[in-house]
Amino acid sequence: MRDVAIVSVAQTDHVRAEPRRNEVEMVQPVIQAALERIGAQISDIGFTCSGSSDYLAGQAFSFVMTLDAVGAWPPIAESHVEMDGAWALYEAWVKIQARQADTALVYGYSKSSPGDLPRVLTRQLDPYYYAPLWPDSVAMAALQARAMLDSGAITETEMAEIAHRSRTAAESNPHAQLKGSPPPEELLAGDYVAEPLRRHDCPPITDGGVAVVLAAGDRARQWADRPAWITGIDHRVDSHNFGARDLTRAPSVAIAARNAGVGYGAVEVAELCAPFTHQEKILRTELSLDDDVVVNPSGGALAANPIMGAGLIRLGEVAQRIMSGEVRRGLAHATSGQLLQQNLVAVLEGDS
Amino acid sequence: MNAERVAVVGIGQTKYSAVRGDVSLPGLLREAAYRALEDAQLTMDDIDAVVVGKAPDFFEGVMMPETYLADALGAVGKPLFRVHTAGSVGGSTALVAASHVQAGLHQRVLTLAWEQQSVSEAMWALSFPVPFRQQLVAGAGGYFAPFIREYMRRSGAPDDVGVLVALKDRLNALKNPYAHLHETEITYDSVKDSFMLWEPIRYSETCPSSDGAVAMVLAAESAAEASAAASGVPPAWVQGTSMRSEPATASGRDQISPRAGSQCAADVFAQAGISDPLQDIDMVEMYVPFSWYEPMWLENLGFAPEGDGWKMTESGRTAMDGDLPVNCSGGVLSSNPIGASGMIRFAEAALQVRNRAGAHQVDGVRRALGHAYGGAGQFFAMWVVGTDKP
Amino acid sequence: MGERDDPAGDRSVAAMPEGLWTQPPVEVPELDMEQVRRVTEPATLVYTYTPGLAQTRFLRGLQEGRILGERAEGATDVYVTGRGMDPVLGRATTESVEVGPNATVTAFCVVHIGFGEKAPPTPFVSALIRPDGAAVSLYGTVLGIPYDEVRIGMRVRPVWLPESERSATFECITHWEPIDEPDVPAEELKGHM
Repeated sequence: MRDVAIVSVAQTDHVRAEPRRNEVEMVQPVIQAALERIGAQISDIGFTCSGSSDYLAGQAFSFVMTLDAVGAWPPIAESHVEMDGAWALYEAWVKIQARQADTALVYGYSKSSPGDLPRVLTRQLDPYYYAPLWPDSVAMAALQARAMLDSGAITETEMAEIAHRSRTAAESNPHAQLKGSPPPEELLAGDYVAEPLRRHDCPPITDGGVAVVLAAGDRARQWADRPAWITGIDHRVDSHNFGARDLTRAPSVAIAARNAGVGYGAVEVAELCAPFTHQEKILRTELSLDDDVVVNPSGGALAANPIMGAGLIRLGEVAQRIMSGEVRRGLAHATSGQLLQQNLVAVLEGDS
Repeated sequence: MNAERVAVVGIGQTKYSAVRGDVSLPGLLREAAYRALEDAQLTMDDIDAVVVGKAPDFFEGVMMPETYLADALGAVGKPLFRVHTAGSVGGSTALVAASHVQAGLHQRVLTLAWEQQSVSEAMWALSFPVPFRQQLVAGAGGYFAPFIREYMRRSGAPDDVGVLVALKDRLNALKNPYAHLHETEITYDSVKDSFMLWEPIRYSETCPSSDGAVAMVLAAESAAEASAAASGVPPAWVQGTSMRSEPATASGRDQISPRAGSQCAADVFAQAGISDPLQDIDMVEMYVPFSWYEPMWLENLGFAPEGDGWKMTESGRTAMDGDLPVNCSGGVLSSNPIGASGMIRFAEAALQVRNRAGAHQVDGVRRALGHAYGGAGQFFAMWVVGTDKP
Repeated sequence: MGERDDPAGDRSVAAMPEGLWTQPPVEVPELDMEQVRRVTEPATLVYTYTPGLAQTRFLRGLQEGRILGERAEGATDVYVTGRGMDPVLGRATTESVEVGPNATVTAFCVVHIGFGEKAPPTPFVSALIRPDGAAVSLYGTVLGIPYDEVRIGMRVRPVWLPESERSATFECITHWEPIDEPDVPAEELKGHM
């Protein structure tokens, strides 16, 4: 395997709705910033890949206009995934491993504000048996939380503590959408949104985007004093047959973690893409994280959840902490689909 | 260290038709997947990763359908990856799948592409009205037809070259059991007399709207040799892969011969060690949704000098018995499940190299080009496959 | 936005001439019960779109009877119906530049089958039209001349809706019509379609 690192990260300030700018106007500044931070231009980039969703934009081929933000002239080697940007990063990493590129620009973004997000996400379900029932994404997550509570895997107090810890941590994240939280006792006095989920258990609806630059070997060392090397990365999917699955588990996370080599060293920081509070607990269990691991110092998806960017942001957050010298080894997780059905795990490390 | 070698060892296609009302979406995919696995003498259990692609999710009304399809694709517990690069997506998907093997990550990757255009109304799914966008009252062909007219002006081509392309491809389709259109009565006159839609494009010079899926098994060197030994069919070795994109609207852009297309071709030929594509490539499956794109792409890809592509078509050089057969399968003009159309080109190129194309097989194909494009003539994906290891 | 999957429903292909794009019969294996061939599940999603900064400037310009292009800082190319980017530079366009109204047909086709209620009677000419001063072309219909007399390089001008009927939409320009100026040589239009 070639040594490949994240060398630059930029993200938007995440908001509930970006009412003035369209998608390309929203994401262009972060693409430019990610390149400018390392003094690079698009001509220095060997491969470009992005992640976004037509259903969120409410437009077919919505990624086509975003290419205008890249400066793809003369033409560039470029691809797009209808997945979170973390998978765009995976494709770029594969391309570099296959020696088809040495550097890559990756971005992920969405505006969830044009549509009614919980309803839009119902379209992601089995079209014959689930989607006709229009089970919105919060109700789906509530089924999972109920299974967690019933099995004793979590308590409502723990869920409130996760919300409180995450949004308190977000106070130091300049890009976060939700910052600060009442204490857990106060949260628990709130009404249910979809029992057993209260408002604090749910992610915000977010418009935003993120861009990162990858580079291999010496190029990474030229562009960053302390590159965030991707020492392991893998992604796996679980069954969509939610009725036949143990919803308190996400076996794909454990497989991906094993293949990414999570257990080969101490994890100092973990950025987990857990849009709902109880999902953090599932991930901690599947990842076998020790209690002393710092989880989601950015606030995680509970503080800002630009779908199609939220997973790539996790990679970016860990990378930035490594590049700054704050930590040496960290774990990043991304998810796709509902109820943590599809998961990507990456281990990032700085030179010691 | 070089990248790992990768080869096509299994190919499966569904019958393409306007409506496949006899199968569900998962059923359609499994039909293609099982045929590809059988061809490779493998089962789902042998597959390390699944890479899928299709064009807009609005076609089937399922957002990011790969998560729903994980079970049907046998992908549970495995990596499942979804590509979307507009009309080129089938080609791009095959390239992403190939790079998983080339990177040394996996031994055997199953790749699929599909579209069920019958599930929604195609014109709506491609471009339903967005309030502040200009609505093209001319329809999809109205977008591309002006560039065809400009090609005719520049090249001085006679106005029936498009008719010849359509006739050739639809006659080729009669030899391909999977093709959507089997127009046994087709003649030069029936194409020429067909309804003029977007002058200079006639109805019989446009692609149909199809349901269908295509699958391939890609394997690393030792796995490919094992499959070939089991099936008795030689692998099609991937000798070059390339993607190129350019903006939809850019000053200096030429939609008649996009730079992204010619650069993509030059890249893929260089990787395959090809200096004279006309000499070294034995057949081409190219993405021709409107007949005139055959001569246009012949020039763009470097098979003909600028302005001369139509002469190759007119003189029969792109026919089955010509020196550069193009679209022996019948091409996009005969079958067009949009998201799959690019991968069908890639798969048909591999079929020819493996000498498995049946009635539309060209003798002695040692090297073939698969070509896909999408968007506003701006996204390109290509591969060269051959009988020899790269 | 509504999703339709009823083949007998409102499909624009229904406007096609009789017999075009018809569907062959589906061959279905024999079952001991009638096969379910189609499940219709109506789905409606409502979206509120944001045109964005550049598109807003452009549409407001149309409402005022002006064609406003967009240019990035320090750049020369003016993009019309821009989405806010100079796609060559990958930089935001920040400057409004009025272009046209006179323009040149850079490419066209003759449409014999129109789509949507706004389509003029067929046959009509759908063209790429480059407003003077713009780097690229926009789509429009050319009327006021027999369709078989339209030429690449022909000079045209926009025909506007009366001011009182204009809103911030593309329909402010109803169509384009010829003006009495010499054609622009086609070779000069390459790269500007």
